[in-house]
Amino acid sequence: MSDVMIEVDGLTKDYGPTRAVDKVSFSVRRGEVLGFLGPNGAGKSTTMKMLTCFLAPTNGRARVAGFDVFDESLQVRQHLGYLPEDTPIYRDMTVLEYLEFAAAMRGMDPASSGARIKEVGTRCGLSDVAGKLVGELSKGFRQRVGLAQAMLHDPDILILDEPTSGLDPNQIVEIRSLIKEIGQEKTVILSTHILPEVQATCSRILIISGGKLVADGTPDSLRAREKGGRYRVVVESNGVAKEAIRDRLAGLGGVARCEAIPGEEGTHAFALDAAAAADLRKPIFKAAVDNRWTLLELLRESASLEDVFRNLTQTEKGNS
Amino acid sequence: MSPALVISRREIRTYFNSPVAFIVVPVFVMVTGYLFFTQLFLERQADLRGFFNIMPLLFMFIIPAITMRLLADEKQLGTLELLITMPVRDWEVVVGKFLAAMALLCTAIGLTLVFAITVKLLGPLDRGPAIGGYLGLVLMGGAYVAIGVMASSLTRNSIVSFIIAFAICFSLYLLGKLTQFLPSSLQGLVSYLSIDAHFENIGRGVVDSRDVIYYLSVVTVSLLVATLSLESRRWK
Repeated sequence: MSDVMIEVDGLTKDYGPTRAVDKVSFSVRRGEVLGFLGPNGAGKSTTMKMLTCFLAPTNGRARVAGFDVFDESLQVRQHLGYLPEDTPIYRDMTVLEYLEFAAAMRGMDPASSGARIKEVGTRCGLSDVAGKLVGELSKGFRQRVGLAQAMLHDPDILILDEPTSGLDPNQIVEIRSLIKEIGQEKTVILSTHILPEVQATCSRILIISGGKLVADGTPDSLRAREKGGRYRVVVESNGVAKEAIRDRLAGLGGVARCEAIPGEEGTHAFALDAAAAADLRKPIFKAAVDNRWTLLELLRESASLEDVFRNLTQTEKGNS
Repeated sequence: MSPALVISRREIRTYFNSPVAFIVVPVFVMVTGYLFFTQLFLERQADLRGFFNIMPLLFMFIIPAITMRLLADEKQLGTLELLITMPVRDWEVVVGKFLAAMALLCTAIGLTLVFAITVKLLGPLDRGPAIGGYLGLVLMGGAYVAIGVMASSLTRNSIVSFIIAFAICFSLYLLGKLTQFLPSSLQGLVSYLSIDAHFENIGRGVVDSRDVIYYLSVVTVSLLVATLSLESRRWK
């Protein structure tokens, strides 16, 4: 098998007159954890549903594990583990019963599946609730059952639709490290709209907005695309009015926005946004010297993924 | 084990975990028992004819009740998505559901064997019609169940599913009652479509292939439509 596990080419899905996914193309290699990022309703889930053969694409092709999602859907599904959004799991079964059911559906040998269920259950932290009804579990535990059923047959590819929604912070950390671990040798696609999540788990990010792919790259390369950035300036007050300093700073060339932020006693703090590609460190320092301010702090923050995300998804909305 | 059997095993477990089995089966046995024993005690007649005669009508209420949520609920709760993205063919899902409902129906029918035994104890049991009648019940029940599964595949609402199944079964039942108003050229065809006429034939103790084929065709066509309906989510 080649190293490319998922190959998507011009994938399009129409729901009646609305286009949910518009000519999306990308490919994912073995050992990659791909984060699928986008605002709600951007087409993340729809794309995943097409990759898992639940929906057929209106146009375009997708190959998963070397098989076409439309013509060879059974083989595709054999190589997949899927956790749909909202974890739809039969509520009238116990956790153990459900995992046994999933194992049987996957055609796993009943003699050997018991040990595997136990192993996966322990990894997902389900040992204590094995005998409980799924309907009685909290959202976090249900999510883990969903994850366990997706991993049960040791699939080459895991597709997880919002795997950490509804989990508490401790559980999120656990699940993330689990996903990272799986991602070492398998291929994982996960969708989320929580940005720190992709930074923590994903080796690559796709940003999708309005059904279109707007960015594709590693977290670092995406952050580097965002030029300019944000500066933090703290000046000793020395009786100078806050407004005067703010106006001076705002008047510097290359400053897009300047606002006063709360600072310590006896100081004035400001946050500055640079216009694209401008380096503000020099002008700020010069302004301080010229005006005889005592510059206490000057910090350039590189653009966060939040900024990248907001810019990409909002300009997209503005265009359409 | 084939995925269809895995699904039906799970579905049977659900029947007995939920009130469905414990409401529908006793109601069925109570109603048929009432009819059978009133006939036995009031008319001093120990035979199964009255019991069999009511079945085409009684099935119309009982069977949609056990089939209504089979697929409609899975759609409503979203569990269908997880089920169908496992390596399983659409027809295997449909057949699995059908088999589960058949198992529950056969349990209910099996309980009514008490009536046959009662008749046997009290007097001569007419073997042919009794065996034919029970065989007919299973065949006709199969047709109703398949129609119920089809109805359940067409909607995500269980109540709507019940009503669709009931309407289809009732229409097929009415057809047989309307033949006398139709021109004679149509009578043969229309009475062949009637869902209970074949049951009456088999119930006489004569198993004719035409009657068996009728029920098997209804089952096949209904399950086919249900499969197509599941598949339709993947139509371009």
